[in-house]
Amino acid sequence: MGKTVIELQNIKRDFIVGDETVHALRGVSFSIEEGEFVTIMGTSGSGKSTLLNTLGCLDTPSSGEYYLDGISVRKMSKPERAILRNRKIGFVFQNYNLLPKTTAVENVELPLMYNPAVGASERRERAIKALQNVGLGDRLEHKSNQMSGGQMQRVAIARALVNNPAVILADEATGNLDTRTSFEILVLFQQLHASGRTIIFVTHNPDIAQYSSRNIRLRDGHIIEDTVNKNILSAKQALAALPKNDEE
Amino acid sequence: MNISNLFKIALRALANNKMRAFLTMLGIIIGVASVITMLAIGQGSKKSIQAQISEMGSNMIMIHPGGEMRGGVRQDPSAMQTLKLENYETLRNECTFLSAISPNVSSSGQLIHGANNYPSSVNGVSIDYLKIRQLTVESGEMFTEADIKSASKVCIIGKTIADNLFTDGSDPIGQIIRFNKIPFRVIGVLKSKGYNSMGMDQDDIVLAPYTTVMKRLLAVTYLQGIFASALTEDMTDYATDEVSRILRREHKLKATDDDDFTIRTQQELSTMLNSTTNLMTTLLACIAGISLIVGGIGIMNIMYVSVTERTREIGLRMSVGARGIDILSQFLIEAILISITGGLIGVIFGCGASIIVKNVAHWPIFIQPWSVLLSFAVCTITGVFFGWYPAKKAASLDPIEAIRYE
Repeated sequence: MGKTVIELQNIKRDFIVGDETVHALRGVSFSIEEGEFVTIMGTSGSGKSTLLNTLGCLDTPSSGEYYLDGISVRKMSKPERAILRNRKIGFVFQNYNLLPKTTAVENVELPLMYNPAVGASERRERAIKALQNVGLGDRLEHKSNQMSGGQMQRVAIARALVNNPAVILADEATGNLDTRTSFEILVLFQQLHASGRTIIFVTHNPDIAQYSSRNIRLRDGHIIEDTVNKNILSAKQALAALPKNDEE
Repeated sequence: MNISNLFKIALRALANNKMRAFLTMLGIIIGVASVITMLAIGQGSKKSIQAQISEMGSNMIMIHPGGEMRGGVRQDPSAMQTLKLENYETLRNECTFLSAISPNVSSSGQLIHGANNYPSSVNGVSIDYLKIRQLTVESGEMFTEADIKSASKVCIIGKTIADNLFTDGSDPIGQIIRFNKIPFRVIGVLKSKGYNSMGMDQDDIVLAPYTTVMKRLLAVTYLQGIFASALTEDMTDYATDEVSRILRREHKLKATDDDDFTIRTQQELSTMLNSTTNLMTTLLACIAGISLIVGGIGIMNIMYVSVTERTREIGLRMSVGARGIDILSQFLIEAILISITGGLIGVIFGCGASIIVKNVAHWPIFIQPWSVLLSFAVCTITGVFFGWYPAKKAASLDPIEAIRYE
């Protein structure tokens, strides 16, 4: 097996809401190796959003240790975590979160804008390459409001890839898409997985688990299931099996 | 995070909202343009007043008889007979700080030439008067000492008089004009000086030897005033002290007595007019400054709304690795870019408006470089000052909440 990208040791996260203390995570431990495609599932209130925020270095745990690519995150300051996110993590959101009225290339360039080590020409080069990787090589200069949902999500994935992150965090990345487009995006994720990317896909849709290599299930802040998927389905085949759209 | 990237980010953000950026700028544009125009008008009138004062003779000293108390009643100074011709002669002989001195007696009445007549007054003066008032004879010549000695009935007239009496355009030189039934021969015409800053026609003037006016027109022995010039403008104070000392001696005033004459200098006049125009300039600048502040508040207002509107964008930027300081810088740069661009456009508009005022309203205009720099600096500071609070607010957003903000 490859090296460990993510290691959680007894992560707890408490929120104080009024007088009550809400235990969102009550001791979560697992580790993820390089090249895994992990789905994290759970109903709302299971703590999966909090876990995602923790994994994405947007939040720090109340107790426990979190190592991202071997770096301890727990004691980091906000600016340090911002830099860590910039170098190690690629986010894909449910509602794409592209900059409005901005071209695909400029959207993809965004994470590199906050990395002073990357110059303007390299930035553009990498952005174009990332867009080509997600199959949008012919839509570089299209603005975000001229694209379909699937295309926008591809741009978002390209943006997550452009900084060559240790892990891609997808938050309900197919939640806003119709079935066909969802499968297209899943195909893309499987391709990325095949090329060795580490992907964590947070969802409440149990179907998606079938296409990933490992499945973690949360309930009430605990892990209730952590299984390796022996029989990974091919999203490509599922896409082919879908009934053809009438419009096409 | 390098600064050029921040500029690029801020520029892209502004370019995406051109209308909003323009509307925000509008306040600054109007503010800066009005500051520059108002200051230009204020400075312009100040300059023109200064120029007119120096045209009138900046080192001029005017001596008039003072109002005297008679039985507790203050008398009209012009009715006083305390300033005598001897005083003039003593001053002329003794004063060391004066370069020129002339008595002044004037008689008003109707000037008549042929079928034309014009109301004016004849000023009885000495030859020095031309130097004191900075007048020049354009055609003909000035009367001479001999004319003064013999109280000749000769005169020199201004442009307005010439135009009104010699309506057919004939040469006034050598012609006879009558003033209160006394015939005067015109021997010179003065060069036109136009109106002064107080709207007085400086060409409405008739000069005659003071002896002529005193003996033949008024039949008096006292003077209405003495005009003099100090050697230089800086020596005006010494000169007035000296004149005052000599006049007190001549009038045999005791140390406890008040002066029975008043001495005025152009410096007083220029100080007075300057303080008036300064007040006006300050007032105009204040009004314009307020509009600049309102423009600044406009920036703050729109930036503040824009932070709320762009919460998701801010959350996204933070999640892809923007630190608080990066967000702060971005919003601050946006505010500064808006105010600087607005400032630049405002400077252009302000200069344009000043030129229009100059050409259309014929007001004197002077655009002082410091006023341009000042308003430019003020609007940059405005940008930083009013951009800071919204930028701070943007930077302190929690990325987790911001990214899911609806």
